[in-house]
Amino acid sequence: MPRFEPWSAPRAAGIIAEHTHLEGATLPILHALQETFGYVDAGAVPLIADALNVSRAEVHGCITFYHDFRSAPAGRHTVKLCRAEACQAMGSDKLHADILRRLGTEWHGTTADGSCTVEPVYCLGLCANGPAALVDGEPVAHLTADALEATLTEVRQ
Amino acid sequence: MSVTITVPRDAVALGLGANRVARALFAGAERRGLDITVKRTGSRGLFWLEPMVEVETAEGRIAYGPVTPKDVDALLDAGLTTGGEHALRLGDPERIPYLARQQRLTFHRCGVVDPVSVADYRAHGGYRGLETALAKDAEGIVAEVRESGLRGRGGAGFPAGIKWNTVMLAKADQKYVVCNADEGDSGTFADRMMMEGDPFNLIEGMTIAGIATGATRGYIYLRSEYPQAYQALKEAIANGIEAGVLGENVLGSGKAFHLEVRLGAGAYICGEETSLLESLEGRRGIVRAKPPIPALKGFLGQPTLVNNVMTFTAVPWILEHGAKAYADYGMGRSLGTLPIQLAGNIRHGGLIEMAFGITLREVIEDFGGGTRSGRPVRAVQVGGPLGAYFPDELLDTPLDYEAMAAKKGLVGHGGIVVFDDTVDMAKQARFAFEFCATESCGKCTPCRIGATRGVETMDKVISGIRPDQNLKLVEDLCEVMTDGSLCAMGGLTPMPVMSAITHFPEDFRRAGDLPVAAE
Repeated sequence: MPRFEPWSAPRAAGIIAEHTHLEGATLPILHALQETFGYVDAGAVPLIADALNVSRAEVHGCITFYHDFRSAPAGRHTVKLCRAEACQAMGSDKLHADILRRLGTEWHGTTADGSCTVEPVYCLGLCANGPAALVDGEPVAHLTADALEATLTEVRQ
Repeated sequence: MSVTITVPRDAVALGLGANRVARALFAGAERRGLDITVKRTGSRGLFWLEPMVEVETAEGRIAYGPVTPKDVDALLDAGLTTGGEHALRLGDPERIPYLARQQRLTFHRCGVVDPVSVADYRAHGGYRGLETALAKDAEGIVAEVRESGLRGRGGAGFPAGIKWNTVMLAKADQKYVVCNADEGDSGTFADRMMMEGDPFNLIEGMTIAGIATGATRGYIYLRSEYPQAYQALKEAIANGIEAGVLGENVLGSGKAFHLEVRLGAGAYICGEETSLLESLEGRRGIVRAKPPIPALKGFLGQPTLVNNVMTFTAVPWILEHGAKAYADYGMGRSLGTLPIQLAGNIRHGGLIEMAFGITLREVIEDFGGGTRSGRPVRAVQVGGPLGAYFPDELLDTPLDYEAMAAKKGLVGHGGIVVFDDTVDMAKQARFAFEFCATESCGKCTPCRIGATRGVETMDKVISGIRPDQNLKLVEDLCEVMTDGSLCAMGGLTPMPVMSAITHFPEDFRRAGDLPVAAE
């Protein structure tokens, strides 16, 4: 079963309506949309703007300001690699170069088969057990390129 | 009778296979006809021993670790359920020297209780602080916090009692309590551990703050990088509402406190309190100029108490045991305990809660046991990405707000990241600028432009292009950023940069001088 639903404006409008009663509803709405569709479609911008009585520019600004929100679909799996200091102290720079080379992609890029998107993240709070990563939200400590390859093979099945 | 075995659900333990260990325990016990109950807890913070499994025996808890799924069968055959001998047996976890030496006031329940159970929390002394608070008037609660000497644990070290008092005295129809759980400093994990392992301690601290300041609504603004903490908080809040410790009638007092957890979206700057409030209101996380201070005009323009996780979680203990008992810990104007997080290239990394005043060397050598790589320690960054890099000569500095400031460093969030002798400090200085450029909110010029210029100039230094002149330029830039930035992001980025230049000058001259024509 695919992790995400295809974009649908009526479905998006329903999700937005569920959140409009919240104080400061923008981020909860954007998270909920991304959770459902895997990204925030440009078509959602006017819907959110209307529902919250703010300008489209403000909604667009929010989507682009925060690293988490995507404007286009990502790969089927997301790997977040920690680039912060504690992981650097455990050789993360070299490890990341190796991982990106093996996957044949760049930061923020997706593998050619569309299976996996790689993103940088600055600290996962696993700093005594680095290098660290999140694979589809699941933490991985003492990361190695081989271990990541094994994990990805597992989740791709 | 069923034997209870605890397996942590903390992110570190999960990252090292704790769920697979739990499944192996179930399967192994079933094959042997053993009756076991697996209880999921937080972590005690001895991270090199994770996943650390504990068995409740007649003689108390017996710990084993680090346990991999492969070890489970051998452990069960060795009599794990009765605390039997095995190479991984650690004995009574509270007598492991790393833990026994600590002064755990804030973290005493973490790794012990089921994090989302109100009953378990109360069985381990939870909500005694709130009960004490409910017997006092607002001034009484605030006085207790003030007299404890508690200072904001987020880095600035502002006296918590003064902030609480300001919000208490402010007049408004609606006030708010906001927990800053978005402090994403590399090398820190105390917040994460607490929210995953003992979230009710945070909930109780915020409830006390709400009762004291007259705020009936609270928000926890949590980093999205902590999905396990989000899950634990959501479960804990739902269970808290059901048990009547949150909601319209807190503990039957007739006082209301409603709490909600909100997810950030990967912006480091939202750990700055005004930027956090902007984000919570649904906008880009752009820093606000102060004044007005959030205590008077915060969330939605209303008086808002913003403290971080470690500040709120110190409060229940203070209310239960009294301000004086807390102030008996620590030194000078840094009172109480500091949850220190030992990380990076370190053998025994983990959470070390100690009274202020312990030296960096004691933490790194006595607790940490040196580097994980086995090579000598060369540099230590204290207090997150905006903290200073210290060389060996400065490791006898005590962890104390004033003592660290005197050495041009900061306590920050209490994170210590250890690097061995393979570190290139020019690269670390460049990274500090790069991080600032990535995470700057863009509102003020010194931070927005300065960070990018810093990266460019450091690149020249690293490739040997007029290193002396360019280093002078970096220093100049740092001065502008320190003096001219609106918040700590731009204002403190020079700290790691300048400390690296000052203490490790040899790393900035590695390429030698290139002929000018090479530019």
